[in-house]
Amino acid sequence: MSYQLENTQRGEKYNTIFSKVSSTKRRNRTARAHWRSRILLGLYLALMILPIYWLINMSLQTNSEILGSMTLWPQNLTFDNYIGIFTNSSWYMGYVNSMLYVAMNMLITICVALPAAYAFSRYTFIGDKHLFFWLLTNLMAPPAVFLLPYFQLYYSVGLFDTHIAVALAHCLFNIPLAIWILEGFMSSVPKEIDETAYIDGYSFPRFFVKIFIPMIRSGIGVTLFFLFMFSWVELLLARTLTATDAQPIGMIMTRTSTASGIDWGTLAAAGVLTIIPGILVVYFVRNHIAKGFALGRT
Amino acid sequence: MNNKVPNNKAWLLVLPMLVLVAFSAIIPLMTVVNYSVQDVLGPNASFFTGTEWFKTMLNDEALQAAFLRQISFSLIILAIQIPLGIGIALIMPKRGWQASAVLILITLPLLIPWNVVGSIWQIFTRGDIGLMGWGLRELGISYNITGDASDAWVTIVLMDVWHWTPLVAMLCYSGLRSIPEAYYQAARIDRASKWAVFRYIQLPKLTNVLVIAVLLRFMHSFMIYAEPFVLTGGGPGSSTTFLSQSLATMAIGQQDLGPSAAFSLIYFLVILLVSWVFYTTIMHMQKDKPPHGGA
Repeated sequence: MSYQLENTQRGEKYNTIFSKVSSTKRRNRTARAHWRSRILLGLYLALMILPIYWLINMSLQTNSEILGSMTLWPQNLTFDNYIGIFTNSSWYMGYVNSMLYVAMNMLITICVALPAAYAFSRYTFIGDKHLFFWLLTNLMAPPAVFLLPYFQLYYSVGLFDTHIAVALAHCLFNIPLAIWILEGFMSSVPKEIDETAYIDGYSFPRFFVKIFIPMIRSGIGVTLFFLFMFSWVELLLARTLTATDAQPIGMIMTRTSTASGIDWGTLAAAGVLTIIPGILVVYFVRNHIAKGFALGRT
Repeated sequence: MNNKVPNNKAWLLVLPMLVLVAFSAIIPLMTVVNYSVQDVLGPNASFFTGTEWFKTMLNDEALQAAFLRQISFSLIILAIQIPLGIGIALIMPKRGWQASAVLILITLPLLIPWNVVGSIWQIFTRGDIGLMGWGLRELGISYNITGDASDAWVTIVLMDVWHWTPLVAMLCYSGLRSIPEAYYQAARIDRASKWAVFRYIQLPKLTNVLVIAVLLRFMHSFMIYAEPFVLTGGGPGSSTTFLSQSLATMAIGQQDLGPSAAFSLIYFLVILLVSWVFYTTIMHMQKDKPPHGGA
């Protein structure tokens, strides 16, 4: 990766020299193309943001304003919807529950996926290809298939309606995903590093923790981002495995529709609050995320 | 890095993962297999039915219709999202603060819980309080997702494009970033057209990530549940009821253990079959890849 970076930087240097040489006419044409692509991108982003903007807009209005008239921005700005959520424990516990099982899932997954990904990236062993394919098949299993068996399984072992049940259930797709991404990142670390460390007298656990893990920091960061993403957005399994004590926020949101109609303001505010953790997480990994999306393989 | 060492002790490193995944995959799957060949009448009253449930499910017309809807949905969204994703990746800024800002903005829809995505679009498309529904009505276009099946379809496709095109765009963006600048310089010296640069430099480099994109998009669209469930509830009628929703209704709503288990297995096998084709394609491509390609 560092080699590649160096390469692009060198490339950019050549590039600037090159553009000085080229004619002004050519430069004008590229500048126009540049602006055209910026405008197209801006247009796409604007259209993409629009539904989210509408949600934020509604979360800052009272229900009477939402239903009463069409306003493109809040006329009487109100934070009551948010205050209502933050002062009601049955509401904010939904966020706590969701965060808890997501965090547990990330911790469990990364702990078992790191050694497994190392094994797949460095060694061949009996049945490795079949094992890897079997792992990927779990990524493809529709959660709906597992609804009923999960319910019965976790109920019979007494884990129903606990955070750990959801965390374990999400391992079904998160562990294969983590191994897939980590294996890509690990394979781009030269094998000579491992060999040198062993010659220097490092034991495997010490080498793994002291040398190898710091080397693939960015890969681990990106993997954690993906684990967060897929555990945070999943609702079907989380909903089936919980009743009251560990109910995710997505399920609590359905409570806004009552006999007297839907509480649109609160629904919108709750929706906005589910987007914020994602923004925070993506901000931390923004520099490595592109490589992560290619599963560490570019 | 194809110089892997044969070492069967590596199984020890894989073992913890194996135990966990087995707990959440093999045991439940065995339960499903068990149910699919039995008729469960009560706690201690069940009898073996063999392949009867499978036959019933394969001949069920409602499920066949749901299957066709599912296939057409997946094909439509792939046909829109893949080209659109490539296009967006091509115009995304490559460096500087703008690149970071665009990356964060573009990823945004991917990080919203799926049922909230449904809620956002439900609100957005409502005729009375939604910007899009209201706007279309003001323009004099009749638009009603709870009454008109084609409106509901268009909205679900639009929602999925909004939701998942960023994934394709991000994958392609990362593929494009791995192209050395020297390739573009060579193209400029040759006075290659923009199309030629795309066709002979960018597209070949994108094939790898595009296979991943198609695979992921196919899988996820084939399992889609929460978004249409919240947005249309499968309606009007059953015009937007996809496979996962049919299955959830059957398994949880009606508690038809045997038929829903048989349905689950068929459903899973279809996804597996398609994914196996993709997996072998990837493996095949990596074998053919020239040694100097990609780090």
